[in-house]
Amino acid sequence: MQKLYLPQLAVIDQIVDETADTKTFTMHFDNPHYNAEFRYLSGQFVEASVLGVGEAPFGFCSNPNRTGTFAVTVRAIGRVTRAMHAMHPGDLLGIRAPLGNHFPLQEVQGYDILFVAGGIGLPPLRSLIEPMLDMREKFGRFTILYGARTPADRVYKTRLEEWAQRKDLTLLQTVDVPDETWNGPVGVVTTLFERTHIDPAATVAFTCGPPVMIRFVIQDLLAMGFPEDHIISTLERYMKCGVGKCGHCAIGHKYICVDGPVFSWRQIKKLPER
Amino acid sequence: MQKRSIRRAQINVLLEKLLSLHQVIYAPQKLGNQVDFAPLRDLQDLTLDHIQTVRSAKAALFPPVEELLRYQRAGVETELQDRDLTNLAEQVLFGTRPCDAAAIAPLSAVFTTDDQDAIFARRLERTTVISVSCERSDGDCFCTSVGVGPGDSRGSDLLLTRLQDDEYLAEILTAKGEALLQLAPELFGPEPAESKEAHLAKVQKRFDWEALHDKLAGAFDHPFWLRTALACLGCGACAYVCPVCSCFDIQDEGSQKKGRRLRSWDSCGLALFTLHASGHNPRSIQSQRWRQRMMHKFSYMPDQLQQLGCVGCGRCSRACPADMNLIEQVENFLFA
Repeated sequence: MQKLYLPQLAVIDQIVDETADTKTFTMHFDNPHYNAEFRYLSGQFVEASVLGVGEAPFGFCSNPNRTGTFAVTVRAIGRVTRAMHAMHPGDLLGIRAPLGNHFPLQEVQGYDILFVAGGIGLPPLRSLIEPMLDMREKFGRFTILYGARTPADRVYKTRLEEWAQRKDLTLLQTVDVPDETWNGPVGVVTTLFERTHIDPAATVAFTCGPPVMIRFVIQDLLAMGFPEDHIISTLERYMKCGVGKCGHCAIGHKYICVDGPVFSWRQIKKLPER
Repeated sequence: MQKRSIRRAQINVLLEKLLSLHQVIYAPQKLGNQVDFAPLRDLQDLTLDHIQTVRSAKAALFPPVEELLRYQRAGVETELQDRDLTNLAEQVLFGTRPCDAAAIAPLSAVFTTDDQDAIFARRLERTTVISVSCERSDGDCFCTSVGVGPGDSRGSDLLLTRLQDDEYLAEILTAKGEALLQLAPELFGPEPAESKEAHLAKVQKRFDWEALHDKLAGAFDHPFWLRTALACLGCGACAYVCPVCSCFDIQDEGSQKKGRRLRSWDSCGLALFTLHASGHNPRSIQSQRWRQRMMHKFSYMPDQLQQLGCVGCGRCSRACPADMNLIEQVENFLFA
């Protein structure tokens, strides 16, 4: 019988401050055998527990090709996330994973790839960007558009620097509110579309970010002529059980936790609530 | 299926026998001025002349609060312990109405489709259901509108129907029912000459659930929800008494050193149900939550699990402090 609700203990290896309220936790499973066998796919998520405080869902942000450890990026905003932020390397989390479906990876080979991320929407996309870059030659033009409230609110600043240096991808960033360090574009992420060359028929777009951003991104992509199944996003609900039982993430007759969180616009537009 | 007869006094003897075998029997009893399911200790407390218990029988299969796991920390050692299912007692649900027994199928569909919830599955495996057909109904009952009936045998292992005075028809429906018969064959008489139909409550069909299902499919933005939800207090009582509602919350109880993880009944009618830590709430107003409740039961569940999320017991109507009557709501919706 499967143990649906029982987490595995994971040891925190490293905690990196990303922004004033966001940290990335890299960890491995305490049980060496379990850790060696553990695999996940880009787009899947974990239910992370601080025992005695509770459990909350987070998308993987790490590269699934790098086995042995995995990571999630967490903004301190509720009880569980604040408790996580108070933890240190060596501390234990309970982890139930991998949960949910995943981004298409093999299926989109041969296409141009466009990522549109907002704020803390970049972490789940990073878990797809990195395995794609591992086989960069399988894809056409590779574009990442990233928007944040301020320059300091951008996550993975070092990684963004590395991506910016690469000749085989285009990274454009924008902020809502610039500071003295910023000499890039200012405005919402959709204003970056006119600065890039996109061939909608040959491109698959992945977008993740605040609900209002996703709404406008999809609107613009559709206006550019993207086919509905070439727009891939994730739906967010407070998933409690993560295994399709508790009802919290039900949207219509779908459960975000088992049927999602990854959906194409063709699927999303059929859902009654989104 | 076998049909036998049994007398009222012999039913008590059967229950005594089960009690002596240390089985827990959940049965309708007078608790204060209402009738509800509770573990039976004394047969004198048993009542069968009520129309409907206030709460459904689902708590016997899906308790309001139950443990999922335990955790304990000592120094650097942390121990997580899955729910121990070995000591779940054999139990008998006695006196369930056919609607409550019919609710076991949709509950099972939720808990055992795809990944199986071991706690629910094990408890169901160890439960024997002895239902008693309805001789009477009230204005809130609408089982026949949702494909259930006052003498419906689905979900029951043994179904008793009173024919006259103290004589009951006993329909033995499953292997567990057969085991009850074998436990005390001397208590059962031969099949009665009379059939049960004439002795069942007459429950008028009030609406056509298929018409409701079909109309809901295109009614997400119907003004009906906003208008009718004005009465809803968002208290969740309807879900609490419902035999089918199965949404649950997960919370830890204890300290970071030692404690338990629990699941407890939750309801899509409550404002906190979908609230994110960020403050974003995908269902921020009551009409969205009221719509979710109706859609889930009569549209989404039939589409997803091939099960209606309602058995017509009428408890939501009886429990609603704002008098939102389910039959009335459906009738109004179908005409809206």
